[in-house]
Amino acid sequence: MPYSPHTDADRREMLAAIGVSSVQELFHDVPESFRFPDLKLPKAASEMEILDELYAMALKNSTTGCFAAFLGAGAYNHFVPSVIPHLAGRGEFATAYTPYQPEVSQGTLQSIFEYQSMIAELTGMDVVNASHYDGATSMAEAAIMAVNVSRGRRRKVIVSPWIHPQYRHTLRTYLPGGQVTITGDENLRTNLDDLQGMLDDDAACLIIQNPNFFGELMDVDGLADAVHDAGALLVVVANPIISLGLLRPPGDYGADIVTAEGQPLGAGLNFGGPYLGVFAARKDYVRGMPGRLVGETTDTRGRRGYVLTLTPREQHIRREKATSNICTNQGLVALMAGMYLAYMGKGGLRAVAEMCYHKAHYTAAQIEQLDGYQVVNYAPFFNEFPVKCPKPVAEINSALLEEGILGGYDLQQDYPHAENEMLVCVTEMNTREQIDRLVAALAEIGAR
Amino acid sequence: MKLDSNARYAESHEWVRKEGDLMVCGITDHAQEELSDVVYVELPEVGATFAKGEQFGVIESVKAASDLYIPMGGEIAEVNEALEDSPETVNEDPFGEGWMIKFKSSDPSQWDSLLAPEEYEASAGGE
Amino acid sequence: MNQPEPLIFEMSSPGRAAYTLPELDVPRAPLPEDYVRDELNLPEVSELEFVRHYTRLSQKNYAIDTVFYPLGSCTMKYNPKVNEKAASIEGLTHVHPLQPEATAQGSLKLMYELQEALKEIAGFAGVSLQPAAGAHGEFAGVLIMRAYHQSRGDTRRTKILIPDSAHGTNPASSAMSGFSVVEIPSDERGNVDLEALKVECDETVVGLMLTNPNTLGLFEEHVLEVNETIHACGGLIYGDGANLNALMGIARPGDLGFDVMHFNLHKTFSTPHGGGGPGSGPVGVSQQLVPFLPGPIAAVEDDHYKLVMPEQSIGRLKAFYGNYGMFIRAYTYIRMLGPDGLRAASEHAVLNANYLKAKVAPHFPVAVERTCMHEFVSHGDVEGTDVRALDVAKRLIDYGFHSPTNYFPLIVHDALMIEPTETESKQTLDAFADAMAHIAEEARTDPELLHTAPHTTPVTRLDEVQAARNPVLRYKG
Repeated sequence: MPYSPHTDADRREMLAAIGVSSVQELFHDVPESFRFPDLKLPKAASEMEILDELYAMALKNSTTGCFAAFLGAGAYNHFVPSVIPHLAGRGEFATAYTPYQPEVSQGTLQSIFEYQSMIAELTGMDVVNASHYDGATSMAEAAIMAVNVSRGRRRKVIVSPWIHPQYRHTLRTYLPGGQVTITGDENLRTNLDDLQGMLDDDAACLIIQNPNFFGELMDVDGLADAVHDAGALLVVVANPIISLGLLRPPGDYGADIVTAEGQPLGAGLNFGGPYLGVFAARKDYVRGMPGRLVGETTDTRGRRGYVLTLTPREQHIRREKATSNICTNQGLVALMAGMYLAYMGKGGLRAVAEMCYHKAHYTAAQIEQLDGYQVVNYAPFFNEFPVKCPKPVAEINSALLEEGILGGYDLQQDYPHAENEMLVCVTEMNTREQIDRLVAALAEIGAR
Repeated sequence: MKLDSNARYAESHEWVRKEGDLMVCGITDHAQEELSDVVYVELPEVGATFAKGEQFGVIESVKAASDLYIPMGGEIAEVNEALEDSPETVNEDPFGEGWMIKFKSSDPSQWDSLLAPEEYEASAGGE
Repeated sequence: MNQPEPLIFEMSSPGRAAYTLPELDVPRAPLPEDYVRDELNLPEVSELEFVRHYTRLSQKNYAIDTVFYPLGSCTMKYNPKVNEKAASIEGLTHVHPLQPEATAQGSLKLMYELQEALKEIAGFAGVSLQPAAGAHGEFAGVLIMRAYHQSRGDTRRTKILIPDSAHGTNPASSAMSGFSVVEIPSDERGNVDLEALKVECDETVVGLMLTNPNTLGLFEEHVLEVNETIHACGGLIYGDGANLNALMGIARPGDLGFDVMHFNLHKTFSTPHGGGGPGSGPVGVSQQLVPFLPGPIAAVEDDHYKLVMPEQSIGRLKAFYGNYGMFIRAYTYIRMLGPDGLRAASEHAVLNANYLKAKVAPHFPVAVERTCMHEFVSHGDVEGTDVRALDVAKRLIDYGFHSPTNYFPLIVHDALMIEPTETESKQTLDAFADAMAHIAEEARTDPELLHTAPHTTPVTRLDEVQAARNPVLRYKG
């Protein structure tokens, strides 16, 4: 058996010390008729064999890197600097436990404190937790937190339809049973003015995504004031998060809670996970925040150190009255995000964001010139924009795939009114050659 | 354990005392010792009303967060805002400066069913 | 290593940069001036400073790769490096979750195979890999129970029964789903009090959340009867699978009557803890609950793998499909052990725990005198002294061990929950037992040494009161 250090001699001595003659005797409490079942699993593979098996599986995939890829919609193809997996993969980080014994966890605690600080800076907020599962679940927990902040007196969550469909779906899974009303996205064309019109005494929060799922930068002038006047909280989903390298953060325009998908910050695509739920709030609400928090303090000799703090809010102490049930979160991914932000730094994050912006705008300008294609709502956007195509998106994407191009997201599958609209995403990973190839292919396919 | 002979007690470790036409309420010395260092007290808004035994707040220490239950029904007239900056006052002077709320009682007869100091001492000491 | 490490912000110098990016190869577009931010105060460091900073920080951590971590209920077994190699295979990982299914057949096949393996190991008819952690899986489980009762028009059920020894996530997950919690006491042998359970069993019960072995490390002696009792009143049984490391190839929860259970891939199946995640908490269900699984899940038809949403699914628990990187690691582990290896792992986990219990009990009495499973609970206070479990836990650090879980389960005073796992050698266990014996002695001769432990670490005991009273949760330049 791999990873097992026990020899026959060890086993004999240990059994003797316990006072039994076989290991099987230790299972006398297990009902006899169900003891020692035969597990029908393939027999053990050696290291060589399992790696062979996995390489064979990998060959059945086409990696995003095989294509000129223009697909975003909540998961983004960004460059991960080599230092990050190298350092995050160190056994001292990866095989450490949750830092409940702070004296032997200063590595984890300080790096998460740094992560909290950098995300606070990025989002313009006061307090950041040590991570949530992903962008969808952090949004759901923000809604729950808003209801709790009102001590349960406000039970309506107003949600913009221009938020990622999977996030809105997750929100409804988290809040089943009608104890809280989720409204605002029944009509998928509801705009910001309409949403503001839904504010009343029962509204706990209003949630928007900015840039929205269609890539547009929202006009948020006066939004926070309207929400606050109604006594509610403004929750902003800041996706894609790289946009905050260039754009005004939600903290600047009055957000009370900011959530986001942190995957673009060094996590890679990984077929959907592990990703990173970013969660930030105003300091007034710190005691209502779900998740772990790392705080700064001193030790018995006056030296600076870091600890998990405000822990009585959490499940292991507060149990059924906890702010959330979350225990294990996405610690190592948060570490990687902190590393990414520190490595790219002030100049780098802005540079990546600008590259995404300029390349996306070049792409849009080129596509706009094609017959049969139209960039929808040429409004301010960051790096994603919808294109109305002359044929169904599925057909276009099929043809693009044959040219080695991964096309954008088919918006019609979630928004029936967005007929033949493709959400195109461009990042710093797309070269001009790839973009020109996309445009040429679209022209050729449109003309068929 | 320290007790206030003018106060009456709930089994959930809150004390209450008459002060003019208001009732003053806090937690007992026994309770603050069990909690150890208090780091935060969540208090209700002035004007909020509670029935006897209803939760009116939360008290947090490093190792626990406990609900606070009002020993008699009433309407909150005052809360001890000083506890926001100095929650440790609850540990230092639980029956005096560490008071939490002052309320107008809705049914003064509820006083009679509360525990007298010796009764509380007996019940808490048994824990 | 014990030198204070500055914050990365404190190492910053304006104008320093580590990154490289290609030159912009397209024309610049005008920036949307009204939307552009003013400042972005992130660090500016060189690559070498960056590397030294994080390397030095890592050296301040204890980790499985460096020390023994007997944390009860956490299953801190060795994290195999082949798992890391597998999880870095670009062909498996550099795949966008929304790529056409035809281009992701390898990734989908792996998901499907892992689902099948987990079903077989635990005796279930269906598995969803989507929940991102154990607590997430628990939440899914409670929602599944809710959906099941609702589908049968049974709306009177609002109570969930939970033993007093349960992990805090159990009541928290129940409350999140809108149910009330009724606590069931344990008897003197550490089992669920069957009589107390029978009293609560009626048609208002959604179900029971049971951890087996429980948090005392003990196998429920009446598990079949407990499960029958709940089923008899129309309830379901949720199994907290955190302690599955005692049962692989030993007994299958599905066979014992559990209707739904979550797995912790980061405990039983060796994926690394990462300092607080990512974990993975797949949920397994019996036949009648299969339609309610969260999704999408992987399925196969004519050798073609695809994603499907179960017919009456409780919905999505998050975006995409789960913590995929952990699936690769867990699958690799299961394949490397095979059915015999999985059984041997559980057998040795239980052997190690009983051996360690025999050596530690003379100094720190066990809470319940019974054969334990993969972990056991001792009282960590020392009689005749004022030394508490916390002091023992901190002093163990000076001996080069991570502390066991302390103050949990709540039903044992000064609890020390000790789980060695199967990957520790007899020598390590002997050294740990020796350290415990020394500490018990120190408690009598020099208690102050324990009250102020640890002494050998980068920082000594930290002022948690100050941290909670005046929280400083970010750097302010």
